[in-house]
Amino acid sequence: MQVLYGRHHVRVFRFGLRVVRDEQVAEDLISEVFLDVWRQAGKFEGRSAVSTWLLAITRFKALSALRRRKDVELDDEAANAIEDSSDDPEVAVQKKDTGDALRKCLTALSPEHREIVDLVYYHEKSVEEVAEIVGIPENTVKTRLFYARKKLAELLKAAGVERGWP
Amino acid sequence: MATSKKRLEHEPSEIEVLLPWHAAGTLNARDARRVDEALARDPELAKQYAVIQEEYAETIHLNESLGAPSARAMQKLFAAIDGEPARRPSRSPAMSISARIAGFFASLSPRTLAWSASLGALALLLQAGVIGAVLMRDRPASFQTASLSTNEPITRSLGPAAPPRALVRFAPDARVADITALLDNYHASIVDGAKGGLFRLQFGNKAMSKDEIAGLMSKLQNEKIVSLAVATP
Repeated sequence: MQVLYGRHHVRVFRFGLRVVRDEQVAEDLISEVFLDVWRQAGKFEGRSAVSTWLLAITRFKALSALRRRKDVELDDEAANAIEDSSDDPEVAVQKKDTGDALRKCLTALSPEHREIVDLVYYHEKSVEEVAEIVGIPENTVKTRLFYARKKLAELLKAAGVERGWP
Repeated sequence: MATSKKRLEHEPSEIEVLLPWHAAGTLNARDARRVDEALARDPELAKQYAVIQEEYAETIHLNESLGAPSARAMQKLFAAIDGEPARRPSRSPAMSISARIAGFFASLSPRTLAWSASLGALALLLQAGVIGAVLMRDRPASFQTASLSTNEPITRSLGPAAPPRALVRFAPDARVADITALLDNYHASIVDGAKGGLFRLQFGNKAMSKDEIAGLMSKLQNEKIVSLAVATP
């Protein structure tokens, strides 16, 4: 368990943190996730990578944690409104740092879009694995990421950053 | 061929939606080849791919900047795991901690790239313990001589002398990692486990004198995670 924990806990933590946006809650999440793994080890069928299994459990628990917190029971639109004002991509642009602006806009994406961007780019999950983790069809995975990227481009454009796409 | 820009106004093409996975290197060989060919003949697509590579790099940067969890999370987890058998009485009593550890790793090891040497060692120790237990069960009975009165021990065995064993109770706050380390340090294996919270441990594979066993028990008793250690036959 120590090896499994050592190998995956940071990524599990970061994935959970991007969903729940609270370090304490994210830390509690990883304990819950690995305890579940300990309890359900016999149910792991080996059809997917261990990391995919872990991220699927993390996602489920993170969303449950979000639902438990009344203060974050917001729809995507409301959440975005808060995120946009707090993250303020324009501030980053003033620093003439496109990378910084890009990271701010990545943070300002909706939870649904943020999740898929992270899974593909950071957690390096294939189309099939993302479909398994999120529980949506593979074609939806592809189009959801496409529209997440379009939204990202719109946020950057609104912040004054033109990248030539779309 | 229609440009990517034109496509954007409608629906993304099959190749276009695969670009992020191409950047992350997670496409299968066939799709990767198709994307490479499309990138070579479509400058607009190549431009979009450059944008994607930037997104890819910044997403990694953003996630890496999130830091790591504190040790509290790990302590909480292992405390919960250590408390598991007592809190889950519905589990089969025959399913000892050692069996659960073995079962857990047996189910996961084929899918992981490499388990550490310490876990491998633990599995070997557990296996050795089981084999040892089976062998010991079948060993010939000892007998005593009644005619000699020397300083030599009067108990002898027809088979090889057995390595020492002890009943050990670990402290309630002992973590699995600590127990694993202790087993490793003492070259010990669990031959029977968790009956009334007591584990039967076997130490090494050679017999010891009474003094050596007493010294071993004393040393074991002084371990922080051991609350009871009693030598047994």
